[in-house]
Amino acid sequence: MSKVEVKQKATSKWVCGGVNEHQRRTAGHFWQRPITNVAVLALLLACLPLALTSGFHYHLAVLVGINATIAISLNLLMGYAGQVSLGHAGFVALGAYGTAILSSRYGWPVPLALVSSAAGAALIAFVVGRPILRLKGYYLALGTLGLGMIIYLVISNEVWLTGGPDGMPVPVLELFGGRLTGPADWYWLIAVMLLLVFWLSTNLIHAPLGRALRALEGPEAVAGSVGIDVPRSKLLVFTLSAAIAALMGGFLALYAGFISPSLADFLHSIELALMVLVGGLGSVVGSIIGAALITLLPQVLTVVEEYETLVYGLILIGVMMFMPRGLLSSIIDLWRRIKR
Amino acid sequence: MSALEVISLSKEFGGVHAIEDLSFNISPGSVHSIIGPNGAGKTTLLNLITGIYQPTQGEVRLFGDSMAGMPVHARVMAGLGRTFQTPQVCMHMTALENVMLGRHIHLDGRFLPTALRLPRILSGEREARHRAAELMEYVGLADYLNDEPGSMPYGALKRLEVARALACEPKLLLLDEPAAGLGASEKADLTGLIEKLSGAGLTIVLVEHDMKLVMSISQHILVINYGQKLAEGQPTEVRRNPDVVAAYLGSAV
Ligand SMILES: Nc1ncnc2c1ncn2[C@@H]1O[C@H](COP(=O)(O)OP(=O)(O)OP(=O)(O)O)[C@@H](O)[C@H]1O
Ligand SMILES: [Mg+2]
Repeated sequence: MSKVEVKQKATSKWVCGGVNEHQRRTAGHFWQRPITNVAVLALLLACLPLALTSGFHYHLAVLVGINATIAISLNLLMGYAGQVSLGHAGFVALGAYGTAILSSRYGWPVPLALVSSAAGAALIAFVVGRPILRLKGYYLALGTLGLGMIIYLVISNEVWLTGGPDGMPVPVLELFGGRLTGPADWYWLIAVMLLLVFWLSTNLIHAPLGRALRALEGPEAVAGSVGIDVPRSKLLVFTLSAAIAALMGGFLALYAGFISPSLADFLHSIELALMVLVGGLGSVVGSIIGAALITLLPQVLTVVEEYETLVYGLILIGVMMFMPRGLLSSIIDLWRRIKR
Repeated sequence: MSALEVISLSKEFGGVHAIEDLSFNISPGSVHSIIGPNGAGKTTLLNLITGIYQPTQGEVRLFGDSMAGMPVHARVMAGLGRTFQTPQVCMHMTALENVMLGRHIHLDGRFLPTALRLPRILSGEREARHRAAELMEYVGLADYLNDEPGSMPYGALKRLEVARALACEPKLLLLDEPAAGLGASEKADLTGLIEKLSGAGLTIVLVEHDMKLVMSISQHILVINYGQKLAEGQPTEVRRNPDVVAAYLGSAV
């Protein structure tokens, strides 16, 4: 009670200038502007090759880049809009198989196959999204899990089209008259994709549309009461997220040159969700860090040989227990505490 | 034209008649209160008006237009604003962002302009931030701009809801027990705020248990009990109505 009264006394003194001062404080810092974030990431991606000394390093960087982009797309859905998905790998696989099938079985030009597959996956997400997104919480998790499993089953069983459990080869990507073969070529392509999706996501978040999406995570009555079309907003972010995942799935297939149904596997979906959780729900930068950690950890852990899986599991449990809001915000908190 | 027409409205929850054949009109301007004992159906009535519930029977009209089958968000665009009995705020946003949410229908929320970050998105954001800060000042929350709702006192959250609802620029504002849980000085502030809004021409529907507050600021009162109309009229008439006195047995009306 007394706190309110004290606050109100201060209020009466508060004149119009305060609004401007507030704007300077919140929107003014140039390092908080989306464009600054994009520029910093671009610089990092441009400089990273200085640290990459072998083809294997480039290979890892490409995998991290692909996973980071997919993790950002999943984070838009899970972290910002608060809609859990345990079937995201299904869309990655749709993009991968779509690209492979259209180009190698039907002879479509690879870039066209790639884009069409992403569009097709988006269409599927749009159609199945409406009923699935009516579910909430655990039921939504189960619904998306089921969706991923159906995609996995279709890919495993339609042997004539997908090669079934044996997988299928994917043609080489030709862009601008050149063939993309080595990981070093791919590095730049994936870096551009990551940057584009990062840019798109930051633009989305720092805008009315992004705020409306974030409101979906709050009490649903709030979103409705300010005029947000809740079903439509959920469907938009679900479709967008699926489209990005499928596009990156297509790139992944082209990069790997060979794909198998494990792409759509439940474990792959869990891995993607882990990247988002470890990095921090609702943090685009966190998703990149989470993707890097989950992708690189198994590589690093080869030093502990047969205990690899055990240590991997322990690290994940540790991160979840001690950094419940994700690596990034925990590190930032720690940094603030040290500074003080 | 009436701001709000409720026409033989009924809502049943598995045998419970929360609202039963209720009809009333609300003319534009001034403050209209809806009172009634706990469980009388007041919140249910507001949820029927805003479209959270679909009526079992009957119809709601807003400024002459039927709201039948219209989803919640479309009614907001038609000029309906509301607050909730227990504050409903997004805990993961700052207080200011919560109010900025209220600007939603006045901003460009389309995907492509947002993705390309066109100038109108930027200017819309600036405008929304500015308006939200002004509204927070207007309801007396200027000191809470960057606070997390989780750390704000209950009374401040109730006012935050009012600021958010006002950000929508509604023509009809529904307030569900805005004074519940407030201290005496906060109630006085709230009364002042409602009078200020009503003076500015906003039509206000007030659901409230605090009789002193209701009697002092309402031009018109509707009393409901068991989902049905018990009495209707000016504060002085309602106060003398024997049915109302009986329903509120013990509590001073
Ligand atoms: N979603 C629901 N499902 C089932 N019954 C409900 C539901 N909502 C309300 N009711 C019932 O309808 C009746 C009216 O409830 P309502 O919340 O509208 O009352 P109220 O007048 O707002 O009460 P209060 O003054 O306590 O807020 C109550 O008997 C309540 O139990
Ligand atoms: Mg109520």
